[in-house]
Amino acid sequence: MDAITLIALVVGGSAALSWPLGRYMRWAMDPITMNRPAARVDRWFRAIGGRAAQAGQDWQQYCVALLVFNVVMFSLSFGFMALQEWLPLNPDGKTALEGSLVFNTAASFTTNTNLQHYSGEVSMSHLSQLCALMWPQFVAAATGIAALTAMARGLAGRPTLGNFYVDLQRATFLVLLPMAVVVAVLNVLGGMPMTLAGAVKALTLEGPEQVIARGPVAAFVAIKQLGTNGGGFFGSNSTHPFENPGFFTSLVSTVAIVLIPMACVWMFGRVVGRVRHATVLFVVMMVLLLAKAGAAFAGENAPTQAFLGLPIAMDVSNLEGKELRFGAAAGPLWAVLTTCTSNGSVNCMHDSLNPLTGLAPMIGMWLNATFGGVGVGMINMFLYVVLAVFLAGMMVGRTPEYLNRRVEMHEVKLAVLAMFTHALFILGGTALFAASPWGAGTLNNTGAHGFSEMLYEFSSAAANNGSGFEGLGDNTVPWNVATGLVMLLARYIPILLPLAIAGSLAKKRATAQSAGTLGVESVTFGVMLLATILFLGALTFFPAAALGPVAEHLQFMK
Amino acid sequence: MESFVTCVRLSAVTLFVCVGGYILLILGFAQLFCPESANGSLVVRSDGVVVGSRLLAQGFTAPRYFWPRPSAVGWNAAGAGGSNKSPTNPDLTVRAKGTVAAFGATPTQPLPAELAAASGSGLDPHLTERGALYQVARVAAARGLPEAEIRELVLRCAFSPGGGLTHSRLVNVLEVNLALDGAR
Repeated sequence: MDAITLIALVVGGSAALSWPLGRYMRWAMDPITMNRPAARVDRWFRAIGGRAAQAGQDWQQYCVALLVFNVVMFSLSFGFMALQEWLPLNPDGKTALEGSLVFNTAASFTTNTNLQHYSGEVSMSHLSQLCALMWPQFVAAATGIAALTAMARGLAGRPTLGNFYVDLQRATFLVLLPMAVVVAVLNVLGGMPMTLAGAVKALTLEGPEQVIARGPVAAFVAIKQLGTNGGGFFGSNSTHPFENPGFFTSLVSTVAIVLIPMACVWMFGRVVGRVRHATVLFVVMMVLLLAKAGAAFAGENAPTQAFLGLPIAMDVSNLEGKELRFGAAAGPLWAVLTTCTSNGSVNCMHDSLNPLTGLAPMIGMWLNATFGGVGVGMINMFLYVVLAVFLAGMMVGRTPEYLNRRVEMHEVKLAVLAMFTHALFILGGTALFAASPWGAGTLNNTGAHGFSEMLYEFSSAAANNGSGFEGLGDNTVPWNVATGLVMLLARYIPILLPLAIAGSLAKKRATAQSAGTLGVESVTFGVMLLATILFLGALTFFPAAALGPVAEHLQFMK
Repeated sequence: MESFVTCVRLSAVTLFVCVGGYILLILGFAQLFCPESANGSLVVRSDGVVVGSRLLAQGFTAPRYFWPRPSAVGWNAAGAGGSNKSPTNPDLTVRAKGTVAAFGATPTQPLPAELAAASGSGLDPHLTERGALYQVARVAAARGLPEAEIRELVLRCAFSPGGGLTHSRLVNVLEVNLALDGAR
């Protein structure tokens, strides 16, 4: 299939599906008209939550509940992994894991990142895979959806942001779980393994034994993709034939990667009662997505440079790190989608992408708001919106407003702070590791590409993405601790600060719309927003890009 | 404290439903309706010995078999992975030189690129039709069979991974090699 058909099918199909899903998510997450089934389900959720789940919460209470739940999630995930040796469902006798690796992995799955410094089939028991990794894939993703819903309620001027305990259950049981069942069934039909049995030994035709690792892959992969988690059952993620057996499973996975992030935009629009504003945001994100996808296709068309001059047919695109069954166009498209959203699963090895193709996923993680992670992507976009509204207000000399509420110094400060930490974690972290043996000793490629490996790793951690230039020997104590901390800070700062902004805006009196108000439903606003994103991104990250992928391209590509 | 207790309760409920219930449901469905693929698409000889998985490449080096794409992990199905080398990395040139020599490729008969490029998982079970046809002469010579016969076998095994949606035709290396042994 050629590239354009594939984009049209996957991106167009997902966009079409996201509309009804957004409607449904609004119904599930923020039921206002209490029709009978919704009311009954909500009663269960309140009963399960107990006394704390009865009343509405302000933004501080909501944040505390969110953080406490995430601490419990982290602790349980940590515990399951640390004790895997003695727990059941360990058919292949996996042994204990090193402490800093357990910390990194628990942080990674709690924060919806799924950065993997281990290899699933080598290190994890089935129980660890299911309880320490797959369970957070549900509830960490649900945390993001809950946070977005709460923020939207604040912006809609509701008296409270809702109740975290109820929102979490709504997102888990009404949104993620039903969709995971559908995708898991498709995965099973597509040929993925689904068994609790251990590895099997095969006697190959030429004699040597081949040990074949197996497990409950189909169910794991479904929520891995839907929740923008991306952590693979196997170390090589969705390149592994068991994790992605064919063309059609690849198609299902690709759609599952972007579907909920896209629907989150519509859900946001419906909760704040501004679907036309959501349309503008959706189009801006779509423009960014298509631009990155186009660039990635163009970059990946060049054949593998290292084969130049050898008797090798150079009439195909770069095939190093790719699988044949997905087709040539699938690699770059997936690489862009998985980093536009904060998914992080891969169907080709990003380390082996052509230099400029490898830049496209990095840009995705730097901007981190092209649909983005479930819930949090739209929250990140909100930060850009606050800045765009502020800049536009400065240009015309009026107090900026957003959704009829004045955006003042306090809100802009918080938004800038959130943006600033994202850049600081990426650039500061890379600088620290590039200048010390912590980074230099762990590279798989030298020169500019080695720098890219470190830059990609910190970008991935800070964007809560989870993909990697996997040649990096990242299972060391410095990498585990540094990226673990970055993942935690980069998860909760950009959730708490926007909720604080929403809480502060919600308290303000609504201003009347006048002729001078900047409309956030216009093409002008869309262009302003796009320009804000591009200028901020370029000013922040261009120097780093020039040292890594751009330098490599100029040096080697002929 | 109250929030902590609530969170523990929520964790217990979500663990029970999203891990316990969900896994049992999908496991039941898979083992009932797709037992063959749910257990790893294993190829079992008539005497019950497992010889591999249809989905996974295994190492072939003998001239009488079709060879799969290079694997950075030696076709390890319990520790898969790619080379993770940049396409500009001279290490790849060195590796490719070895592959070129093994296949005996020449400028007039250049090696199809996929046979020089390691796959992402190191377990890619497929070759393109072109990559398989490239090896027909060697396999035929090693088996003392006419090339036309082997070529016909390859063409019979070739399929389109996406049905009508893809143009390229692929060949599963293990299946074609099993067919070769069967035809012997």
